[in-house]
Amino acid sequence: MPAKAGDRQRQNQNGPPGGRAAQPRLYGASTKKRDEDTSTEVGEGVDEWPSSKTVVKPPDQLDLTEAELKEEFTRVLTANNPHAPQNIVRYSFKERAYKPISYVDQIAIHFSLNGNMILRDSDEGRRQSLRLSNASEKAPSETSAVVSEEAEIKDEKSTEDVQAAEEEEAEGTETAEAAEAAEAEEPPPPKVKEKKLPNQFNFIERSSRTLDNPLRERASQSEPTPCKNFSANANQWEIYDAYMKELQKMEKSKEKEKPKAQIGKKVEKKRGRKLISLESQGDDITKISNAAKIMERMVNQNIFDDIAQDFKYFEDASDEYRDQKGTLLPLWKFQYDKTKRLAVTAISWNPKYKDLFAVGYGSYDFMKQSQGMLVLYTMKNPSFPEYVFSSESGIMCLDIHNDHPHLMAVGFYDGNVAIYNLKKAASQPSYKSSAKSGKHTDPVWQVKWQKDDMDNNLNFFSVSSDGRIVSWTLVKNELVHTDVIKLSAEGTTMQGPEGLQLQTVGCGTSFDFHKKIDYLFLVGTEEGKIYKCSKCYSSQFLDVFEAHHMAVDSVSWNPYHLKIFISCSSDWTVKIWDHTIKTPMFIYDLNAAVGDVAWSPYSSTVFAAVTTDGKAHVFDLNINKYEALCNQVVVAKKKNKITHIQFNPVYPVVIIGDERGQVTCLKLSPNLRKMPKEKKGQEVKKGPEVEIAKLDKLLILVREPDGRAQGQEDKALL
Amino acid sequence: MAETEETLKRIQAHKGVVATMVVNAEGIPIRTTLDNSTTVHYAGLLHQLTMKARSTVRDIDPQNDLTFLRIRSKKHEIMVAPDKEYLLIVIQNPSE
Repeated sequence: MPAKAGDRQRQNQNGPPGGRAAQPRLYGASTKKRDEDTSTEVGEGVDEWPSSKTVVKPPDQLDLTEAELKEEFTRVLTANNPHAPQNIVRYSFKERAYKPISYVDQIAIHFSLNGNMILRDSDEGRRQSLRLSNASEKAPSETSAVVSEEAEIKDEKSTEDVQAAEEEEAEGTETAEAAEAAEAEEPPPPKVKEKKLPNQFNFIERSSRTLDNPLRERASQSEPTPCKNFSANANQWEIYDAYMKELQKMEKSKEKEKPKAQIGKKVEKKRGRKLISLESQGDDITKISNAAKIMERMVNQNIFDDIAQDFKYFEDASDEYRDQKGTLLPLWKFQYDKTKRLAVTAISWNPKYKDLFAVGYGSYDFMKQSQGMLVLYTMKNPSFPEYVFSSESGIMCLDIHNDHPHLMAVGFYDGNVAIYNLKKAASQPSYKSSAKSGKHTDPVWQVKWQKDDMDNNLNFFSVSSDGRIVSWTLVKNELVHTDVIKLSAEGTTMQGPEGLQLQTVGCGTSFDFHKKIDYLFLVGTEEGKIYKCSKCYSSQFLDVFEAHHMAVDSVSWNPYHLKIFISCSSDWTVKIWDHTIKTPMFIYDLNAAVGDVAWSPYSSTVFAAVTTDGKAHVFDLNINKYEALCNQVVVAKKKNKITHIQFNPVYPVVIIGDERGQVTCLKLSPNLRKMPKEKKGQEVKKGPEVEIAKLDKLLILVREPDGRAQGQEDKALL
Repeated sequence: MAETEETLKRIQAHKGVVATMVVNAEGIPIRTTLDNSTTVHYAGLLHQLTMKARSTVRDIDPQNDLTFLRIRSKKHEIMVAPDKEYLLIVIQNPSE
């Protein structure tokens, strides 16, 4: 009987566990630090041996001192399971961390057996006993008392917690036992009547299995789409550039639409081919020309750095101590090796680009006539000219058009005039007069642009020693000349052969047009006379001034005052006139032939004159009516004569040209640039009216009440 | 074409100019008066710097553009004149 057998087993088991339970395991009963096993071994060995008190020392015994031997070690008996882990760590999902478990199970289970006994008093037990009792009524066989015993669990000394756990476990095992007991009773014992005991649930487990299809892995891979790395910056300017390109494309397409209607496709193809071929021909170096130009200027700026700084910022402080006198500070020197033998015959500032000026080269010596040059310099590049044009005949004069600053009118020594166009790369003039078209028969001494005529044609005037003042008009790419006036010397009709009356012709050497009154102009002649003329009258002059004893080198209207003009001559004098009065207002004697005189653009009372002894004189009538504020030797070599002077319209510099082909740029010191002092409380009036008023004041002092000027002979102190 | 050549020769002949280089849009030197390794060094570095400078100027105002760039150091001055496709680099000793 399995139940009985189980009982016996349990009984057997009861004994030993009980016995064993009584025996606590002792830990560390020895006084020495040794494993329990070895100590017990030795202990046993000692008992068996004869009573020789000699202690056998094993060779590997620790040698300890007396003190150490007498040391007492305390040992504590605990009920802990030495094999139980002391540091179990469980993962807590709540805290998402590993947490050590404070309580560790100290139970050591030595033997466990699941039995199939149920408690007699439990529900199941009672049910079964009822059934059995029913069955036993029929069968006289012994019924086994359902003996239930607790599952034998070998128990050691444990904590109360463990006891509680035991009970729980016991209950668990009970239900397991119950189930097992039920199952065990299923096959009916042979002694008991065959009675099929169905299980409680009438439950039959059946299972079937479908055929598992074997798994097969199949993979396919497509071609990767081609990838390309692209990176770019989207800056403001990239966006702007993109828009501009679009705009240009649209414009081009619009343009193409128009000519397509007119021009055939073949022509377009040709154009296309031409464009392509041109592009391939273009050399690398030409594309860098702009950058090279800028670079040259930068390099020059570095080389002439101190001069550039002086030009911009230097104001001579010692002018305060100089008692109204001023100086001219030399800045740059412009020269070109091809012009070394030529003299500067004309200088002119460009009206649009204030740092660009044109210089004409030729020769004043009629014995040594050679080629001429027209060179344009810029103050930004003192070492090399910007434009160079050469001509066969020496250039005597030049003028730049106010509205078209790329056009320059030039007069030659051989009497021709020409127009140079800066925009075209050609070194030859765009338009040139010739003997057919009425060139002068003598050197052209001055040219001046005029306003466009009624047909919007460009025109300019020229004056020459042959006595003619000619107006040239650019009509349909040709220069057409019109004689404006013939200068005839007054009262010099001669009796020529065969009774002809010849008029000796005056030789014009300079002229100037009035700023406001368009038809009015002045002509200076070789005889020293100045004629006031009008464009309307071709044979008569409005007035004649007996100006100088020698040729009048330059006449110039005052830029502010409408009535005043200045003239200079080789007779060493500079004279200032009012054109309504026959005698000069001021006369200055400069002790050397005066080559050129120029009004300053910033003040109506300042002018400068240059002489052939290499000196420059600057006057300011407002400050000193009798003396020059500055007499300065500009050109080093004594053999060198200064030929021309020009004020820069914007900057406080003057350029002076000499006979050696050199152009020197000088800065005016502050004393020479004085503006009238404003009285306290009054606003500073600016503008041409002030200048005119200033000059008027001076003139009033000079004029006599009846309108004639006092002749004032002043000598400049040298 | 001859004009530009002349200009470049003049620049090289000026006082204090140490070297002249022409570099194309990719930073490859086309023409130089220095030895190869130094030129390549300068070209690469200055090309990047010029691009950065130009980007800065144009980013602030797209209608603006870089005209030139000057780097003055203790020993000399490096001047860069950028063009549409090229860079002209000149190294000069300004102080004499």
